[in-house]
Amino acid sequence: MQYMLMIHNDPSTHPTPGDPEWGQLMADYAAFSEQLGSYTGAPLNDPSTATTVRIRNGETLVVDGPFEETKEWMSGYYVIECDNLDQALKAAAMVPSAKFGSVEVRPVAEM
Amino acid sequence: MGDALDAAYRADRDRVLARLIGILRDFDLAEDALQDALVAAASTWPVHGVPVNPAGWLVTTARRKAIDRLRSGAASERRNRAWGELSVAWDIGDGTQPIADDRLRLIFTCCHPALTLEAQVALTLRSLGGLSTEEVAKAFLISETALAQRIVRAKRKIRQAGIGYRVPAPDELPDRLAAVLAVVYLIFNAGYLPPSGTDLVRVDLCDEALRLIGVVIDLMPDGPEPLSLAAMMHIQDARRDARVDPQGVPLTLEEQDRSRWDTEKVAAGLALLDRARSVDRPGPYQLKASISAIHVSAPRSDLTDWNTIVRLYDALLLWEPTPVVQLNRAVAVAMADSPAAGLSLMDDPALARPLAEYHLFQATRADLLRRSGRLEEAAVAYRRARQQTNNEAERRFIDRRLQALDAPGVPGGIPKS
Repeated sequence: MQYMLMIHNDPSTHPTPGDPEWGQLMADYAAFSEQLGSYTGAPLNDPSTATTVRIRNGETLVVDGPFEETKEWMSGYYVIECDNLDQALKAAAMVPSAKFGSVEVRPVAEM
Repeated sequence: MGDALDAAYRADRDRVLARLIGILRDFDLAEDALQDALVAAASTWPVHGVPVNPAGWLVTTARRKAIDRLRSGAASERRNRAWGELSVAWDIGDGTQPIADDRLRLIFTCCHPALTLEAQVALTLRSLGGLSTEEVAKAFLISETALAQRIVRAKRKIRQAGIGYRVPAPDELPDRLAAVLAVVYLIFNAGYLPPSGTDLVRVDLCDEALRLIGVVIDLMPDGPEPLSLAAMMHIQDARRDARVDPQGVPLTLEEQDRSRWDTEKVAAGLALLDRARSVDRPGPYQLKASISAIHVSAPRSDLTDWNTIVRLYDALLLWEPTPVVQLNRAVAVAMADSPAAGLSLMDDPALARPLAEYHLFQATRADLLRRSGRLEEAAVAYRRARQQTNNEAERRFIDRRLQALDAPGVPGGIPKS
């Protein structure tokens, strides 16, 4: 099964570039990604860079900003292959940002 | 012959169902197929005789019925709902061999922390227990529809989120076992301390929890924590009949007639605790069972070894630094030292604030105030406790205490005759 690990962070409690913990965090991410082996995933830029698109009555509406304004925002994701939820939860617990924010684990729906 | 089927159903239902879920990888299909097999048994056993191995016969027949169901019209829908790629295991014998015991896998799946605690309890009772949906719903004060909904949702999550049908690996085991034991103890306590209703003890739930912990112990005979939980539950259960007076009013440990404690259950509990201790791996349940053992071993309440109990609570606080454990420790200090010493611990805001709405906090505080001679404050605390419980038996207990204090139960109510 495939699972998506969605990393949610509150930027006020999560290290940012320039913080003393930042270097360590990046090294941890590199180590984690290498341990995963095959995966899809990427970090995301912050919500101030977001643009949201909707089509209503045939008209495309483009607005500045995220889908929803929240204190925590999705800062990255992984999609990994696991035998079961326990494996996915174990991987989620190893995501370096789990120490600061939270990691939501969701199975990819089979179509 | 109906008796043979009843006996097989009662003795082996959980084993047969666990095995079928293991083979079919689908809770609903396994339940439906087991139902089909029971119907088949009801018609064939009286004609052809009871099979040598009824459980094996049921598994073999149910597997065949499941395949029929998968081939029938509803099959395409079934297959979509089945756990991933459905592969029916073929090498399960001819029904005369003992069946593999999958109950441990079933228990760990039902008590998976990815399910809500309510769902874990409901699913455990339905899959491994002998209670009907109606009985489970009644015990937890929810409608049958709500309970059925909860179970449907839990099964759907198991299937769609890929919760594995497996016993956790050794590195995951301590946490996952703790979750299983929490569910069992919650079921026991729902029977032992019903949050509302008129009975002080709901025997069916206590018995069900004792049966469940028995299954866990059979399957994990060397685990000190399951043994300790079983010990604690046996010791608590031994006092079941002595906990209330003939009017149904609860009695404290101090007031109970110790000759009414079930000595066989006490002995069974102490033996389980010995087995747990022989492993030399302490844990929270072992400490709690040790505390129960000290209480139950005292020939009279005033001979209770409270100093050792205080030390056991100190150790328990390292595992479970919770206000409820601190409250129990405060009581032990009150008994070992003085009510005033216990009260000063209880009035620490770190303990008092989180427990302000807990009726046993108020009732305990009231008791210590009474023992210290602060009777008016005791009455106030008893009245607060009375407002905080919905259990009729507990209320009668508090009313009796208030009468003893010469104070009315509800302001302006019941004057003492």
